[in-house]
Order: sequence, then structure tokens, then C-alpha cells
Amino acid sequence: MKSTIENIGSSIIVAIERLGFAIRLFLDSFYWLFFGRKHKQYLRLSQVFEQVRVIGFDALPIVMALAFVVGVMLSIQLLYAFADFGAESQVLVAIAKSVTREFSPLIIGIIIAGRSGAALAAKIGSQMISQEIDALRVMGVVPVRYLVLPALLGLIISMPLLILCADFMAILGGAVFSIESLDMSLFAYLKESFDVLEVNDIYQGLVKSVVFGIIIALVGATTGFNVTGGAEGVGRATTTAVVASIAAIVVADMIFSYFLTQEV
Amino acid sequence: MTKYLIQVDKLVTHYGKRKILDGVDLKIAEGEIRVIMGGSGSGKSTLLWHILGLHEATSGSINVLGKDLSQLKLNEKHKLLRNIGVSFQSGALFSSMTVGENIAFPLKEFTNLDEKTIRIISRMKLEVVNLGGFQKLMPSQLSGGMTKRAALARAIAMDPKLLFFDEPSAGLDPVVASEIDDLILKLRDAMGMTMVVVTHELDSAFKIADKITVLDKGKNLLTGTVEEVKNSKIKRVQDLLERRARHDTVDPEEYLKRLTQENYTIS
Repeated sequence: MKSTIENIGSSIIVAIERLGFAIRLFLDSFYWLFFGRKHKQYLRLSQVFEQVRVIGFDALPIVMALAFVVGVMLSIQLLYAFADFGAESQVLVAIAKSVTREFSPLIIGIIIAGRSGAALAAKIGSQMISQEIDALRVMGVVPVRYLVLPALLGLIISMPLLILCADFMAILGGAVFSIESLDMSLFAYLKESFDVLEVNDIYQGLVKSVVFGIIIALVGATTGFNVTGGAEGVGRATTTAVVASIAAIVVADMIFSYFLTQEV
Repeated sequence: MTKYLIQVDKLVTHYGKRKILDGVDLKIAEGEIRVIMGGSGSGKSTLLWHILGLHEATSGSINVLGKDLSQLKLNEKHKLLRNIGVSFQSGALFSSMTVGENIAFPLKEFTNLDEKTIRIISRMKLEVVNLGGFQKLMPSQLSGGMTKRAALARAIAMDPKLLFFDEPSAGLDPVVASEIDDLILKLRDAMGMTMVVVTHELDSAFKIADKITVLDKGKNLLTGTVEEVKNSKIKRVQDLLERRARHDTVDPEEYLKRLTQENYTIS
């Protein structure tokens, strides 16, 4: 009994420690972004572009394919559910709003957490193990500036761009499945969808995606820097990074949905 | 008057609750090759990390290249580190870069030299360590000895005044280890660098050292020339030189505690 309580206590302490570490990473990253020049710690734009390529561009095919499938899935479910009320025509509105406000940020957040969050944790973790991080530090290179900041900026830039593509693809997916039931042309469906969308709908998705991007970078880097126990530890850190960032994304999604849907 | 590049005064450090260094004093003169010897866990590597300013000391002072580490601001510390090269035990080459990119890395980060100049300098450094032409290989394609030499080339890329080696010949066959020793001597003579070499390889230590510092249980046991160390009457030094096992007297109560207590940690 005593040891169970001890274990709970120590894992709470570890969790708080990690949270503090992540917040510190976030603040440090922006410190080096704005004041790095003063310390001769330059942020290389090429590094940021490289991250945007790896995180954003390379993920485009999978993101677009899955967003399309999500659109199809939504239209299947909504056509079925709305048929009871004879409100099939509302499927278009429901898909357009739910996709832009909710589904594409959430689904894409989860995909990118699995892709780039895991990769970041594995990269930093293995560099910790092989003393590469120590080598950076003894050279006078700040690891946060060199490793975390480019990934963080890469995610902050890529996520909204991916969301815009995903929004379009999901609406297209919904359209392809439902135009027959709604007796509309594809073009008319798409035009109607963009007509019902408000700026706020898109904006909500974009705000969330930036937040998710920050979560993915910080969770990935935090687990990476705290790797212990060799190769096995790197594996564990990768898993932890994915699970923890998905959990954080889902919770953050709920919180942001609540605040962003409040009428001003 | 002799100019000292490193002065460590009564350094005490802890790792968690465990005391690692217990009042170490150290003075290293310009142009000297100092070997720091001692068994595993004697605090050699810890001392190195503290001199590099990567850990906070519990008490005592460290002065490197005329700067008191505890008084330095962050950018002064970074500036200081650019005058120091470190060659890691494992090499710690960046595995995602080629050997050439590894050596060019500090130059790219801290100088305004153009691509071509950096390329030429990095290839020159590779020539110095007898790895001419290997710049396109990845670190994973290098043998143990080559990795150490490539790491050395990266450490000297910025022409540092001070060079640290962590176990340069550990895990190498005697011939390659001896080549690394020759390289260390050659570098000192050619570039006038001051070097601190942490090792427990006796042959290597006697070959390269101007002076040897023997650490034991976090204390500076002896500092002297090779002859002085060889002729030392201190038992622990003799044990180390003659590869005798340590025969510490066992405290029965402490021993029982270690075996039975659930949460025992050494203090």
C-alpha cells in the first residue's frame, strides 16, 4: 500500500517536472529566436525550411488521403443519421463545419504526432545517448536553439498549411459520397460548402492546429531530452512522446473548442 | 612566471546526494600535457565536465583561460567554449552528418568564412589526423580508431587553446592507441595546445604526460612528473600502477546495511 502511494507520488512529481521542462523549452526557444543574434546563436532559415519540408510537405500525401477518407466517413454517418429526420440536405453544412472546426485539426494533429513528434523524440533521445548533445554544448551551441527551435517553428508553420489542405480534401471526400443522395453536382456542392463556411470556422481550426503543433514539438523534445537507459530508453521515449502528445492534443482540443465556440 | 590555463581550487561536487569530488586542487600550465589518472568512479570525467562549466559545483572555484567560471555570463561562457576543444570517449560525432560536415560544423556555426574556405580548413584538419580523403564517409562507417581521430579533428577545428580528451585510447588495439598518443604529442608540438587527457591506460599516460594527476575517491592523491608517479610510495598509486585490486577494509555494519536496506543509496 505504502509503495503504491509512493509510486503515485513520484509519478506526479515526474509529470510536474516534465511539464515545467516543456514550458522552459518553449520560453527558451523564443528567447533564442529573438535574442540569439546577441549571443551569436543564429537560427538558420535553411533548417526551418528543411523542417517544413519534412513535417509538412512530406506528410502531405498521407494527410490528404486520410482527410478524404474522413470526409467520406462523415458523409456516410451523417446521411444515415439525418435520414431519420429527412434532413439530408443539412449533411453539407454539418460536414463543412465539423471538418474545419474539429476533424481536420484533430486527425492531422494525431497523424503528425505519430510522424514528427515520434521522430523528434527519437532523434533527440538517441543524440542524448550518443553524447551528441554534450558535444553541442561543449562547442558552445545551445541545443534548444539548434534542435528544438527549428522543429517548433517547422510545426507552427506546417500545421496550418496542412489543415487547409485537409479541410479541402475532407469536404471533397464528403462531396464525392453525398452528391448522389443530394442530387447535386460536385461543383455546386463545393461552392455551397464554401458559402456556408464562415471565417471563424476556418480560423478555429487554424488556431487549434498551431497549438497542436506546439504541443507535438514540446512533448517530443521533452521526452527526447529525458531519455535514460540506452536504446530501449529511446524506444520508450518515442512511445511516450506519441501517447502523451495525442492525449495532450485531445484535451487541448476540448478546451479550445469550449472557448472558441463561446459567443462573443 | 608560469601562466596557468586551468586553476581548480578546492572543488567539491555532488551527483544527487553522492559526493563525487572532495576538495580537488589542480593547476595546469600553458603548453602542458596533463594526464588525469584514476580508477573507474574516481571522478575523472566529472572533473572534466566541471572544468568545461557544464555542471554546477557545490563549492570551490574553477578558473579556465583566466576566467572564473562562476562569474561568467552565458555568452561569455559560449565564447570561452569556442577556445576549448573536446574529444569524447565515444567520439560523439553527429551521426546524421558526414565526417567532413562534422568537422565543418563548428566553423559554420561560429565563423563567417565562406563554404570553400570551410571545406579546405576541414580537409586540412582531417589531414592532420591522417584521415585525408575520408570526408564523405558517415561516422557509422568508421572504425573505432578512425572515429577517435575524426572526433579529434572536429575538436581542433576552431584551433582551440585548450584540448580535452576523454579516454583517447580506451577500447583500441595497442598499435592504434599508440598512434593516437603520437598524434597528441604532434598536435601539442605543432600547435602549442595545452591538453588535459583523462585516461587509465598506463602506457599511454607515461608516454604523453608532462605531469600526471592521480585522482582517487574524489581526492587529488598526487600530482607529479612521470618519474615521481612511478616512484611514489603511496599505496593507492602503487596499486594503480601494478594493477592490484583494491582491498578496502569492509565495515560489517555498512555491509549489512547495503545488503538489507530497501532504499539504500551510497552516500
